[in-house]
Amino acid sequence: MIESIKSFLGYFFVTGDPMIYGADASIALASIGIVVVLTYFKKWKWLWEEWLTTVDHKRIGIMYIIAALLMLFRGGVDALMMRTQLTLPNLHFLNSEHYNQVFTTHGTIMIIFVAMPFIFGLMNIAVPLQIGARDVAFPFLNALSFWLFFAGAMLFNLSFVIGGSPDAGWSGYAPFAGAELNPGVGQNYYVLGVQISGIGSLATGINFLVTIIKMRAPGMTLFKMPMFTWSILITSVIVVFAFPAFTVALALMTIDRLFGAHFFTIAAGGSPMLWANLFWFWGHPEVYIVLLPVFGIFSEVIATFAHKTLFGYAVMVWSMVAISVLSFITWLHHFFTMGNTAPVNAFFSVSTMLIAIPTGVKIFNWLFTLNKGRIEFTTPMLWALAFIPNFTIGGITGVMLAMAPADYQYHNSYFLVAHFHSTLIAGTVFGIFCGLHYWWPKMFGYLLDERKGKWSFWIFMISFNICFMPMYFLGLMGMTRRMYTYPAGLGWTPINIVITIGAFGMGLGFIIMAWNIIWSAIHGKRDTTGDPWGGRTLEWTTSSPAPEYNFAHIPEISTRDPLAAMKEGKTGDLRKSSKPYEPIHMPNNSGIPVIMSGFMFIAGFGFVFEWYWMGIPGLIGVVACMIARSFVYNDHHYIPVDEIEKTEAATGRLS
Amino acid sequence: MSENQNQVMKQEHAGFPWKQVIGLVLSLALTFLALWIAVGLSLPVHVTLTIIVGLAIFQAFIQLFMFMHVTEGTEPVHQVIGILFGIYVAFAVVAGTIWILAYTI
Amino acid sequence: MMDSLLSQKNKSTLPLEYSTEEGDLRIVGFWIFLAAELVLFGTLFGTYLVLQSHTAGGPNAHDLFEIGPVMAETIVLLVSSFTCGLSTMELRRHNNKGLIGWLIITILLGLVFVGLEANEFYTYAAHEGATLSTSAFLSGFFILLGTHGCHVSLGIVWIIGILLQLRKRGITPVTARKAFMVGLYWHFLDVVWIFIFTAVYLTGWVI
Repeated sequence: MIESIKSFLGYFFVTGDPMIYGADASIALASIGIVVVLTYFKKWKWLWEEWLTTVDHKRIGIMYIIAALLMLFRGGVDALMMRTQLTLPNLHFLNSEHYNQVFTTHGTIMIIFVAMPFIFGLMNIAVPLQIGARDVAFPFLNALSFWLFFAGAMLFNLSFVIGGSPDAGWSGYAPFAGAELNPGVGQNYYVLGVQISGIGSLATGINFLVTIIKMRAPGMTLFKMPMFTWSILITSVIVVFAFPAFTVALALMTIDRLFGAHFFTIAAGGSPMLWANLFWFWGHPEVYIVLLPVFGIFSEVIATFAHKTLFGYAVMVWSMVAISVLSFITWLHHFFTMGNTAPVNAFFSVSTMLIAIPTGVKIFNWLFTLNKGRIEFTTPMLWALAFIPNFTIGGITGVMLAMAPADYQYHNSYFLVAHFHSTLIAGTVFGIFCGLHYWWPKMFGYLLDERKGKWSFWIFMISFNICFMPMYFLGLMGMTRRMYTYPAGLGWTPINIVITIGAFGMGLGFIIMAWNIIWSAIHGKRDTTGDPWGGRTLEWTTSSPAPEYNFAHIPEISTRDPLAAMKEGKTGDLRKSSKPYEPIHMPNNSGIPVIMSGFMFIAGFGFVFEWYWMGIPGLIGVVACMIARSFVYNDHHYIPVDEIEKTEAATGRLS
Repeated sequence: MSENQNQVMKQEHAGFPWKQVIGLVLSLALTFLALWIAVGLSLPVHVTLTIIVGLAIFQAFIQLFMFMHVTEGTEPVHQVIGILFGIYVAFAVVAGTIWILAYTI
Repeated sequence: MMDSLLSQKNKSTLPLEYSTEEGDLRIVGFWIFLAAELVLFGTLFGTYLVLQSHTAGGPNAHDLFEIGPVMAETIVLLVSSFTCGLSTMELRRHNNKGLIGWLIITILLGLVFVGLEANEFYTYAAHEGATLSTSAFLSGFFILLGTHGCHVSLGIVWIIGILLQLRKRGITPVTARKAFMVGLYWHFLDVVWIFIFTAVYLTGWVI
């Protein structure tokens, strides 16, 4: 009996590594700490009523960003562990198995649990405010999306201490990720954790698509929308049409692993190449899902701090539309070397170069916006300005990789690693940091400190170049990705030392940013005007942070950049209206999203361990929550006029 | 949606469900036609496949227009664009997958 | 909350389910969801078609598919789409009894379809030894058809939920929207079946 419990615990918990025991202890301590603090300050009710059950897009956005920052920390620690291991030849800081797990979780977490939720967080905060709406189209679904993402992220992260991490790379290629070559629960965590959060992403895509096409303020035609809203509209289209393919791919892999089907196996006629094909059918559009929104952020920030209208608005829009169409026919360039026929490789080589054109057009739009502008070097603007050259390097090396014959040389070398980090860090990460600083006052009512912000920017940006520029050369010298160590005497050692220094520099930049957040919460400059930057769009017409209902009166729009037009005296005051206040219709909070996601987590955990006694009841719980929701008819309330008056008076906006 | 169309729709509500019946009869006829072409005739394989896929697409449009009222609503252009984009991506994944993996078939 | 936006489009000429802003938003959202489902099924079709010839020495399409049961399933589902269309027509006439009646007939036909499909799967597994793990072809077959069958089963549960609400509340803007949306869903599943019939069964007999 005791023996069987022991062997179960040995299988259940990850054992044998002091780092993991440290993680176990810190997770246990942190959990106990949170429970104690919440109980001591009697905050449980507050947590439940104000946050866990909220359907307010601004709070959901904040929760997305907090979760994404935590995940960024974890993904960053993974990266530093890898760099430590690779600093010198023949190190054994990590063994090969552990190294595989670390690069897998690093990639998956950074894409699925950092880039996407960070962007979803920023769009939750900014989009309804930019279009003059009081919430998204489906606030309940929005909360559900967040909690599904959170459940998926927690499930995935649990693999670190319970059962063992996935180790087949973030792309989880078959046949290695299949049951035969990769028994155990690690890959189950990958397929189920990513699946659960992916369902939430699909719902977010539908939600924002409908919000933007249906809920814009009167007068705001499509071609008067802010560029960030445009970018989210296009991104939502890509999310809606790319994610179902991934849902299927992950489900088929799950069925292969759990129920012995033969989609991606070598035996019984399965096709491992089919996995690569389906994965990248989602995976390539995914690149644009995490890039287009930051193009939108940069467009807003560059226009604001150059004090000019965005150059080439229509061109920008049409280039994004072109990207949304083309992004679905370039996926094969991720596996040129898999043995495809020549016409196939040729087609996808050409389509990949084609999609570089609309992306390149945007670079010129930003440059011409800057041209003759009065440029103000704030922290968000610095991130935006640094993005242009750094991202362009990533883009150009992408075109090099797009040439199928040449790709046979670069493929899976550090050249590739450098390329996609140049696009994803100089693009997505710079962009989300830019957006974070830019919209921070709108989220919390105070600004992040500029001096610390600039320190973190310069350290992070310079370290980024120290880290990734040498990687291109390392790749050309023959070092391939995912190798856990290398022999001395290949000439790689000095470059690897430099790269590791750069990586730790980026870590330092992030720590300064975290410190800035904590410091500014106490000492930061309060934003009493609601418009700390001299903004051009509607979100800066309401107070910071915005009231629950966003706008006491829905503004009426007649131009692009309505706030800029108002400041130039072209239109009337958007903030005041002579009309009397009317009660505002708002959705009720609901506990169903968090409970339903809890059931989803239980189901996911059950299926990870193939404990169907746990998985199936979990799924039944999910369906029960859906049915319960269908029977809820009392799902909204009205904010009375006197409460609106009180809120508006407090911000000095009573007309 | 123009008002004329709405009036037409209201008239339909009063009488016999012609639209639905025509939809059903057409679907059944097309189904049996496709079956006959596939099983009853022995045309070359690629000709047969082309014809039956064409018939299936035609039948799908019957469902879309006769039963699903795809052109109805406050701004039907949105759902029409959505469905068209969905058809484009679905076509890309089916045709692309077959083309890319043709050498394994 | 944004009624002013919609009023310009003269809502009074549109059916009841579009009469509230919420209903209008949800119907558009549901169309977008169906468009996403096109890609979901597209991916399954692509997978099936690639793996169709990978029978690994197990039974192939010719050995398994029989015209009788397949045509029975097809006809039942086509007729259920028709009855579901009639339920939407009764909804437009504000005839709650007719709506409920046609929806009940629709789910009965849906149950017959699910039963026929389950029987087909059982026959393959019990008499031909054709299961999910026999070959890649059969994995693709069972999962493509199984996904469709799960959608139909979910649709049945969904219609039952709506029937309960219709009985209790009658036809209101909210119940009208729900009844209309489940109708869209049901017709959509019929569209998917048309392609299953063509790409799986007819193609299986031809090749």
